[in-house]
Amino acid sequence: MSIDESTAARVAKLARIKVEPQALPALAAEFNTILGFIEQLSEVDVEGVEPMTSVTPQVLRRRADEVTDGNQQDKILSNAPDAREGFFAVPKVME
Amino acid sequence: MMTDLNSLGLSGARDALRKGDTTSKELTEACLAAIEGAGALNAFVHHTPQIAMDAAAAADARIAGGDAPAMCGLPIGIKDLFCTRGVPSQAGSRILEGFLPEYESTVSQKLADAGAVMLGKLNMDEFAMGSSNETSVYGNAVNPWRRGNDDAALTPGGSSGGSAAAVAADLCLAATGTDTGGSIRQPAAFTGTVGIKPTYGRCSRWGVVAFASSLDQAGPMTKSVRDAAIMLEAMAGFDPKDSTSAERAVPDFEAAMTGDIRGKTIGIPREYRMDGMPDEIEALWQDGIAMMKDAGAKIVDISLPHTKYALPAYYVIAPAEASSNLARYDGVRYGHRAKLHQGDGITEMYEKTRAEGFGPEVQRRVMIGTYVLSAGFYDAYYNRARKVRTLIKRDFEQVFDQGIDAILTPATPSAAFGLGEMTDADPVAMYLNDVFTVTVNLAGLPGISVPAGLDKQGLPLGLQLIGRPWEEADLLSSAYALEQAAGFVAKPGKWW
Repeated sequence: MSIDESTAARVAKLARIKVEPQALPALAAEFNTILGFIEQLSEVDVEGVEPMTSVTPQVLRRRADEVTDGNQQDKILSNAPDAREGFFAVPKVME
Repeated sequence: MMTDLNSLGLSGARDALRKGDTTSKELTEACLAAIEGAGALNAFVHHTPQIAMDAAAAADARIAGGDAPAMCGLPIGIKDLFCTRGVPSQAGSRILEGFLPEYESTVSQKLADAGAVMLGKLNMDEFAMGSSNETSVYGNAVNPWRRGNDDAALTPGGSSGGSAAAVAADLCLAATGTDTGGSIRQPAAFTGTVGIKPTYGRCSRWGVVAFASSLDQAGPMTKSVRDAAIMLEAMAGFDPKDSTSAERAVPDFEAAMTGDIRGKTIGIPREYRMDGMPDEIEALWQDGIAMMKDAGAKIVDISLPHTKYALPAYYVIAPAEASSNLARYDGVRYGHRAKLHQGDGITEMYEKTRAEGFGPEVQRRVMIGTYVLSAGFYDAYYNRARKVRTLIKRDFEQVFDQGIDAILTPATPSAAFGLGEMTDADPVAMYLNDVFTVTVNLAGLPGISVPAGLDKQGLPLGLQLIGRPWEEADLLSSAYALEQAAGFVAKPGKWW
């Protein structure tokens, strides 16, 4: 498996990280080094092995379906880069 | 009046407080002065002296009233990964610049409830991704240890590099760390300190900035095994706010720590003998085996056949989880948002914010994680890695079923290396630092690093003991036996 520049650009786009075109060759090369390392996993016989979902045997706990907190709009918005009129503000999404 | 109060460990300071030989105020002032004089180590990156002095006064009142818990009045540092109410909690990242949590992590709250005194926040690799503290937005933390008279700055390890440097340099009595692939145990080994990663689920992850949720665990970094027992007990316990927190009673770890390992069986895994491993690491390991044998343990050679595949599996699973966890840093709810140009929409906001806010290693891992989870590769990479993880855990289960009580390995493949020495190496070379520790995270087991000797250049080396799940008490007892036999007392000469 080899990653070319266009694949690197596609991954950057999926990850929502802006990568300048001139940085793509180096990024693709790094991906290939790491994926080359990961490629060792293909040597392992995993026939019939279940993929791990939980490292300690446990059933996800449930709790009563009831409101346990709330009424803290100020606290929730206190760290927002742009909060207006009780909302998070972002650039216009729809035309 | 005692001197050098900051050089005490938790147990020594606790005993002194209970006898009335000192006060939390004096201990805290000594640590704050030590921190003030240790800017060159860049270990503490957010200082909270007022919070510390207030907590010390409250602790002194509580101690005077009798019946104070073990951690009461003891000044400690908190890794920047833990959210602390009203105090910067940046995970070593630019993207959380200015973030002031409105809540407190369960672990730091438990420590505060026990009366521990927070001195400030400690440097770390960005989002705990690194093995040298060189990916931090705050710059490198520096190891107080040096190679003989060579003044080259060395790494304290990572990601809990600030915690390790601060404890080794006596800036605090102990510190919190977190460990996803070795981030407590490797820095502990590099700085001659003790670090334990407990069983997955023992300490709550609530309020700890997430890196790889199925691997992350918090733990103490201390000056002795006894101190680790004391602090782990205060940090551990069930938390309904973490769905993976275990509903199990926390034993009295210190009381269980007899150091008597007669009749115990210690496994020595042959796969941990790596090609190109320095002779000194091999010699240290052999010394450790001899020490455990002399203390009455039975030594058995064991095999953990999938060891070789642990690091590659980790470098699929951890980035996959990170890519998902770090999706929340979008410039909307908290932290950094990039300056936008006329006409930039929400996608540009995300992309620019994340490009500016994340450093290169974090970007690399988020993108690798995105790739291994993407359509067409999910089975080939992510599912395969999770199957290999099942096999790695099974390796351990099989040796424990054979009657092995603990497994002894080197903690790291080398002593601390120079800051900047790995800059030109490819990322995989840095990842090899965790080769002996990462298996333990994948299997969810407890592991502890104990300082066991010095190399030819005078740098500390550590040995790792791996225990059965939930048997930290037994593990700490074995570690105590190793600590006593190794008799490691060296301290770094003060140059900072």
